[in-house]
Amino acid sequence: MEGTALPLEGGGLEGLTLRRPPPPGKKAKKAVLFFEVEILDAKTREKLCFLDKVEPQATIAEIKNLFTKTHPQWYPARQSLRLEPKGRSLKDEDVLQSLPVGTTATFYFRDLGAQISWVTVFLTEYAGPLLIYLLFYFRVPFLYGPRYDFTASRHAVVHLACACHSFHYIKRLLETLFVHRFSHGTMPLRNIFKNCTYYWGFAAWMAYYINHPLYTPPAYGDEQVKLALAVFLFCQLGNFSIHVALRNLRPAGSKTRKIPYPTRNPFTWLFLLVSCPNYTYEVGSWIGFTIMTQCLPVALFSLVGFVQMAIWAQGKHRSYLREFRDYPPLRSPIVPFLL
Amino acid sequence: MASSEEDGSGNGSVEEKENGKKRSLGALATAWLIFYNIAMTAGWLVLGIAMARFYIQRGTHRGLFRSVQKILKFFQTFALLEVVHCAVGIVHTSVLVTGVQVSSRIFMVWFIAHSIKQIQNEESVILFLVVWTVTEITRYSFYTFNLLNHLPYFIKWARYNFFIILYPAGVAGELLTIYAALPYVKKTGMYSLRLPNKYNVSFDYYYFLIIVMFSYIPLFPQLYLHMLRQRRKVLHGEVIVEKDD
Repeated sequence: MEGTALPLEGGGLEGLTLRRPPPPGKKAKKAVLFFEVEILDAKTREKLCFLDKVEPQATIAEIKNLFTKTHPQWYPARQSLRLEPKGRSLKDEDVLQSLPVGTTATFYFRDLGAQISWVTVFLTEYAGPLLIYLLFYFRVPFLYGPRYDFTASRHAVVHLACACHSFHYIKRLLETLFVHRFSHGTMPLRNIFKNCTYYWGFAAWMAYYINHPLYTPPAYGDEQVKLALAVFLFCQLGNFSIHVALRNLRPAGSKTRKIPYPTRNPFTWLFLLVSCPNYTYEVGSWIGFTIMTQCLPVALFSLVGFVQMAIWAQGKHRSYLREFRDYPPLRSPIVPFLL
Repeated sequence: MASSEEDGSGNGSVEEKENGKKRSLGALATAWLIFYNIAMTAGWLVLGIAMARFYIQRGTHRGLFRSVQKILKFFQTFALLEVVHCAVGIVHTSVLVTGVQVSSRIFMVWFIAHSIKQIQNEESVILFLVVWTVTEITRYSFYTFNLLNHLPYFIKWARYNFFIILYPAGVAGELLTIYAALPYVKKTGMYSLRLPNKYNVSFDYYYFLIIVMFSYIPLFPQLYLHMLRQRRKVLHGEVIVEKDD
C-alpha cells in the first residue's frame, strides 16, 4: 500500500587508506581503490556471492544487478541488502564508498518474495470497483431477479451515486498514471490479492444495495443528497489538490522527501493542520457518499478505510517528525487537533 | 476454532519461547492470574462433574444441555477476560488470537446452542461440550501450575497431546451442531434483516452460518499445525526456524 521511505543511512568516508599498492610493472597514474563485496544470506550466513573489483562509486542498485547475474531468480526488486542481518534495508541510491564498510564490504541478503509494481497493483485494485459497480448499476443478469435484468432505478440519487463512484475511481486511475510519484517501485505480490479482495469485495457489497430494486432513498430527500454531493465534490477536489501538491514537491525520477507546505490553492491549506490531508479528504469523500446513499455498507467501508488511513497517517507523521527537526508542531496526522 | 488452544506462552509467568526466559509479572497481576486460572479450572471441573452426574442418573443426554447451561454460560462468558489480560499485557499472547478463540466459543454458546433451542439435545452438542471441558480443565490447570512454578510433567504432556484428538473432535461437534441448526434458522428467519429498510443493508443468518462453516476449512488446519509446531518445540525441544514473512 503506502511506502514509508526511511532516512538515508551511512556516514562519510571512514578514513579509508589506500592499502593496495599499484600493480607491479605498471605505472599507475591514479590509484583506484576497488572494493570487494561479499553477500551472505541473512538467515543462514551462507556465502551467496562474491564480487571483486567493484567501483567505489557503485550504488546498491548496481550491486543488486551484479547479484542478479549469479542468482537470476532474485531480481533486484526482491533483494533486500543490509549491513546487519536484521538491520535496515539499504537504499538503491546508497553509494558503496559512503557506507560504513571496509574495502571488503559484507552485505546480508534477504529475499522479499515475488514483487509486483505499485502501478500494476493500483490499476488493478481501482479498475475492479469501477467495473463491478457498473455491473450492478446496469443490473446485469444473475445479480438481481430476472425481472429486473437491465432495468434502471427510478431514484435520481442512484444515478448520481453511480456517477460519483465512477468519477472517484476514474480519478484514482488517472492519478496513478499521471500524478503520483512512488517512493517504491514494487510491493510483495501477495498484496495484490489482499488489496483486490478488499476493494472489489466492498465495491460489490455496496453496489448491490445501492442499485437494488428495493433500495430506499435518503430519509431527508433532496436536501440530504445535495449536501452530500457538496461534501463529496469538495473533498474530491481537495484530495486531488493534495496529490498535485505532493507531486510538485518531488522532481521526476527522484525520491527526495520534503515537508509539504500549503500552496496558493486553498485546498492545500489543510497542510497547516494535518500531515496527510489527502487521507483527510478521502475520508470526507466517503462520508459524503455515505450520506448521499444512506447505505450501511458504505458507512462500514468508510469506517474501515478511515482506520487504515489513520494508521498510515500516524506512521507518516512519525517519520516526518524523525526526519525533519523543523517539522511544524501544530500538525496532527489525519484529523486536525484530534488524531 | 473453539478449542482455545493458544500459542505456547499462554498464561504462565514462564515464557515457553526459544530462550525460556522468565518474564517478571507484578505481584498483583500474578495473584490475580492464579486466582483466575484456579477459578476457571474449578468451574470447568464442576461442569464436567455435572454432566457426568446427569448422564449417570438419567442414562440419556436429552436435557443435559438445559441442566448445565447456567454453569457453561457463566464460565465460558467469563473467559472474555482473557482478551483483557492480553490487551493489558499480563498475558503474553496476541489479543487477536485470543479474541478469535473466545469469540468462537461465545458464538457457539449464545448464538447457536442458546438461541436455537431445538438442537440442544443433539449428540454433537454433547461432543463439543465434553471436548471443551477436558480441554479447559487441562489448559487452566496448566496455567495455574505454571504460574506457581510447579508444573507436573503430565499436565504439560496432556496440554500438548490431548489436542491432537480433542481439536478435530471439537470441530466435528461444532460443525455438526451448526449444520443441525440450519433448518430451524431458515424456517424462523432469525437474526435476519430483509430489504427494503432505511439502512439499505440485509443480513441472512442462514447464509452467514454456511459461510461460518466454510471458514473452518482454511482456519482449522492453520491452528492445528500451529499447535503441532508448539508441541514439537515444547516437548521435544526442537528448534524451529520460523518462516520469515
